[in-house]
Amino acid sequence: MVKFKNVTKKFGEEIALDNVSFEIEKGEFVFVIGCSGAGKSTLVKLILREYLPTEGTVTVDSTDLLNLRKKEIPDYRKKIGFVFQDFKLLTDRTVFENVAIALRILDEKKEDINERVETILDLVGLKDKKDFFPSQLSGGELQRTCLARAVVTDPDIIIADEPTGNLDIGIARQIMDIFKKINETGKIVIMATHNFEIVNEMSKRVIELENGKLISDKKKGKYHIS
Amino acid sequence: MKQHLRTAWKHTRRSPYQSLAAVLIMFLTFFIATIFTLAAGGSQIVLRYFESRPQVTAFFKDEISTQQIDMLKAKLVQTEKVEETKFISKEEALAIYREQNKDEPLLLEMVTANILPASLEVSIKNITDIDQVAGIMKNDSIVEEVVFQEDVVEALYRWTGSIRKIGIGLISVLSFVSFLIILVIIGMKITIRKSEIEILQLIGASNAYIRAPFVLEGIIYGVSGAVVAWGLSYILLLYATPFIIKFLVGIPVLPVPYYFMLIVLGIEMLAGLIIGSLGSLIAVRRYLK
Repeated sequence: MVKFKNVTKKFGEEIALDNVSFEIEKGEFVFVIGCSGAGKSTLVKLILREYLPTEGTVTVDSTDLLNLRKKEIPDYRKKIGFVFQDFKLLTDRTVFENVAIALRILDEKKEDINERVETILDLVGLKDKKDFFPSQLSGGELQRTCLARAVVTDPDIIIADEPTGNLDIGIARQIMDIFKKINETGKIVIMATHNFEIVNEMSKRVIELENGKLISDKKKGKYHIS
Repeated sequence: MKQHLRTAWKHTRRSPYQSLAAVLIMFLTFFIATIFTLAAGGSQIVLRYFESRPQVTAFFKDEISTQQIDMLKAKLVQTEKVEETKFISKEEALAIYREQNKDEPLLLEMVTANILPASLEVSIKNITDIDQVAGIMKNDSIVEEVVFQEDVVEALYRWTGSIRKIGIGLISVLSFVSFLIILVIIGMKITIRKSEIEILQLIGASNAYIRAPFVLEGIIYGVSGAVVAWGLSYILLLYATPFIIKFLVGIPVLPVPYYFMLIVLGIEMLAGLIIGSLGSLIAVRRYLK
């Protein structure tokens, strides 16, 4: 479903990704690891179609992102759920509204929106905080709101860029449990992280990057701190 | 649509001074537009009133025949510049004189039909032909004197033209300023909401979805400015109606028909909608590029 073929991304003379190739199948849970500057965020942004590859092709669900026209990007992004380290929530809207907006963009009926948002908030354990504003929530709650927004549209792929970066290990584990549940429903989860504890506990596929190069791709990988 | 309207209204409420500035400039534009529309419409009616009155009167010498008068009438009609002619006989002239001076018995006693001249009142199709028509009458041997109100109508022409030109100029400048102010204010609001727009783009919102609340906000400013300006102008007009009627005795300028005011309201709301939406559309387009 997600295919990188000889992808290189340059920013001027700087090489962020260097001839990276891999494939991710339906239902896989993949960690993308590496130190800061390894190219994890670039990889995520290439899938998000925020960047275009300098060389090679990125294909998501048989769509070649290089051929995706500008006006087709919104429809493409609707098929993917994103979770960010800095949450990217709308500060003047409540938890409920932040989650509902993903469905409003899809022009869903009000009754359906209410039902689905309630269900998802129940799943992430935020039902009792649906009327809270982001400023009234803890880091873990903010990330769960972000996660609820990502999955409420029922996308096939969830991409997370350092979702546990701002959280302590206890809260991070709770978040990972939710990701695990989502993955068990058959969805692809691609997570860029440098949280070795989480990676090692989960024992999932691990793609490791170093200076933009893919140095290992293991089915049940570990994160070794050198 | 409902959610976009709600968002637009929220944007409007959350920066009240910017919103007030936008509505005020739109108000000013439409207030001046309404005043000039009414002034131009009113002066047009006044002009038409004077145009429809007999503009040239020829007073005849005594002892002239009906045949001679008919010949002059035919000569005038032949020019195709005359709308209407009306012969006033000596007796009719006396009746008019009596009516005008009914409160002055002394003046009535001294006057008989013999000393008043018969006359021919002429209405002209186009006031610019007044000199030519008056010339034909003057050159006729049966005519003693020709009187015409060229100055009044010409002055009115000048006034109507000036009102129209100043109005169009002022409204054009103010409309452009309103458009720029809407563009700047919406541009500022977009800058404030930059991160919100980025988030919406990331979760798949189309440009149309992002644009909608900003365009609606521009429309709110334009239309509300137009409605308030129209309302205030109408109230002022109703208040001033008795004074204007007293000033323009006999000229049927007032009251302004309500359907005319409704048409003005409709046009101004449409103009407000166009200025507001265009200003915000360009502001958002620049950002989304």
